[in-house]
Amino acid sequence: MTDFFQLLISGIATGSIYAMAALGFTLLWQAAGTINFAQGEFVMLPAFAMLIGIAAGLPLWLAFVVAVAISVLVLGAGFKRLVVDPMRGSGVVAVVVATLGLSIGLKSFVKAGYSAEPHPFPSVFSEEVFKLAGVTISYSDVGALVFAGLMVLGLQMLLNKTITGRAMQAVAQNTFAAEALGINVKRMILYTFGINAILVAVTALLITPTYLAKFDMGDNIGLKAFFAAIIGGFNNSRGALLGGVLVGVLENLAGAYLTPSYKDGVALVLFLAVILVKPDGLLGTPQERKV
Amino acid sequence: MTLSKRHLALLALAIIALTVLPTMLKTYGLYLLTLWLVYIIAAFGLNLTVGYAGLKSLCHAGFMGIGAYTVAILMKAGVSFWLATPVAIVLCFAFGLLIGFPALRVQLHYLGFATLGFNLLLMLFFRNEEWLTGGTFGIQNIKRPELFGYSLMGNLPFYYVVLALTVIAGAALAYLLRSPWGRAFAALRDNPIRAESTGVNITAYTLMSFAIGAAYAGLAGALFAPLVNFIEPAPFGIGNSLLFLLMVVVGGSGRFYGPVLGSAIALLLPEYLRFAKDWYLAVFGFAVVVMMIWLPGGLLSIKETWQLHRAKRDVKSARPEAA
Repeated sequence: MTDFFQLLISGIATGSIYAMAALGFTLLWQAAGTINFAQGEFVMLPAFAMLIGIAAGLPLWLAFVVAVAISVLVLGAGFKRLVVDPMRGSGVVAVVVATLGLSIGLKSFVKAGYSAEPHPFPSVFSEEVFKLAGVTISYSDVGALVFAGLMVLGLQMLLNKTITGRAMQAVAQNTFAAEALGINVKRMILYTFGINAILVAVTALLITPTYLAKFDMGDNIGLKAFFAAIIGGFNNSRGALLGGVLVGVLENLAGAYLTPSYKDGVALVLFLAVILVKPDGLLGTPQERKV
Repeated sequence: MTLSKRHLALLALAIIALTVLPTMLKTYGLYLLTLWLVYIIAAFGLNLTVGYAGLKSLCHAGFMGIGAYTVAILMKAGVSFWLATPVAIVLCFAFGLLIGFPALRVQLHYLGFATLGFNLLLMLFFRNEEWLTGGTFGIQNIKRPELFGYSLMGNLPFYYVVLALTVIAGAALAYLLRSPWGRAFAALRDNPIRAESTGVNITAYTLMSFAIGAAYAGLAGALFAPLVNFIEPAPFGIGNSLLFLLMVVVGGSGRFYGPVLGSAIALLLPEYLRFAKDWYLAVFGFAVVVMMIWLPGGLLSIKETWQLHRAKRDVKSARPEAA
């Protein structure tokens, strides 16, 4: 039974990291209708930015701050201005294909320009463990959980308690009505891209110690983020959180009790099962089709 | 698509060129040419799924892997290539139905995520089930088949068999597209709700177009295994699946010859430029982004896009005079 609790806790910790990438993914979809297939690569890039910073002699926290700043500039504003904005009006499919191209481009660029090997990445939290009621818990799990929890909580506060946040939600729900109410839609969408850029940088900081920094690390993380977002409900930002934690916990349990080799397939099975029963995700509300 | 005389003449010329040219090529050139044909077969199938039915499928390399492994395993067990290939095709078709069904019930772009996950699962299977797939070492010494007692071990005879199958696969696709089925596929892509209201069963047709696309990948995989004589998981990963999709789009999705051009750009050139493969792919990936902004219809749509652009400009310049 103690094994079970250990798996549960580390599963929740990993899951809350998936949830952050999933949350950013959902926010982009809601606010700008952008399905970002390069979300995994958006996590990989800050990881390499931090590695380069550390190699240049910066302490980890400073490298992280620099990576966040670069991320907001490049993966937030740059991505919006250079990729998403010019394709306004050409439909979801064109953006999907463009982000797929971006995904291949970024992966190959890092592979060719930096390295094809996996690189170890320093952990923010100590690797030591402590015991609580017989259950062994690692500080890094607790750290990830607290960090991710604070991020998500902070974001919820921002979205629900501030005027800017409420304006962002209004844009996500109905762009036209928001514009008619005098909300600066463009600015709100830009903020959303910025928030996604911060979320992916934090995800990179927390997940890279376990995944190692590698050019294709985004394949797996991106996929978990998509699945988490859909499992929880694509049009609900709390859904991403639920989906992420579910994926993290179940794949941990399946890895321990069923088979470790197919751990990464759990998210797919869960996804297929959920959309068979609840097509809009666990917390999602049905969407109307537009002619 | 009715064939004009010019079209027929060009097609005949291309086939003659593809018949005569290889006799002048060295081993590596011939290998690349055969590989190109194999990719064209797979891309024909994906073009049906993506270009004509409008679905985003991201596990085409995985389906090719199913085809390749099925043929390799069955041939190692003593089954003839000509028997193993239909099995591979049917297996891919069945997997297509299995994966497509839950995703397509919901939303078209859910298929993208489902197929991506399926490809990941396939890679885990190819790597982990060593008893069946040889794990990361793969399956070696896959023999090339015989045809009517005539050995195809040589590169040239095998090339001709692949060429013949490519032409047959292309003709079958052209036939399918001209049938009411093909028109239903196009109707689905252009306006699913309207198609449904005129009596097209959306789920059944989208599912079929996806499964038939998968079957084409199965055939390509079945030819891939004896062509390279050795298979391992790497060529069937997510990266190549993304490339498959992009090559259909780059060539011009929904255009019959799009895959022919696209597979040369996205899969053949990187293979040829091995030493600079990653840089090439980096440039290619970013080029796709630029292309989706300026030329979303693909390279084969250059003419129309340009004409449309000129027409718009003419309208603009004509307007002040009219006023």
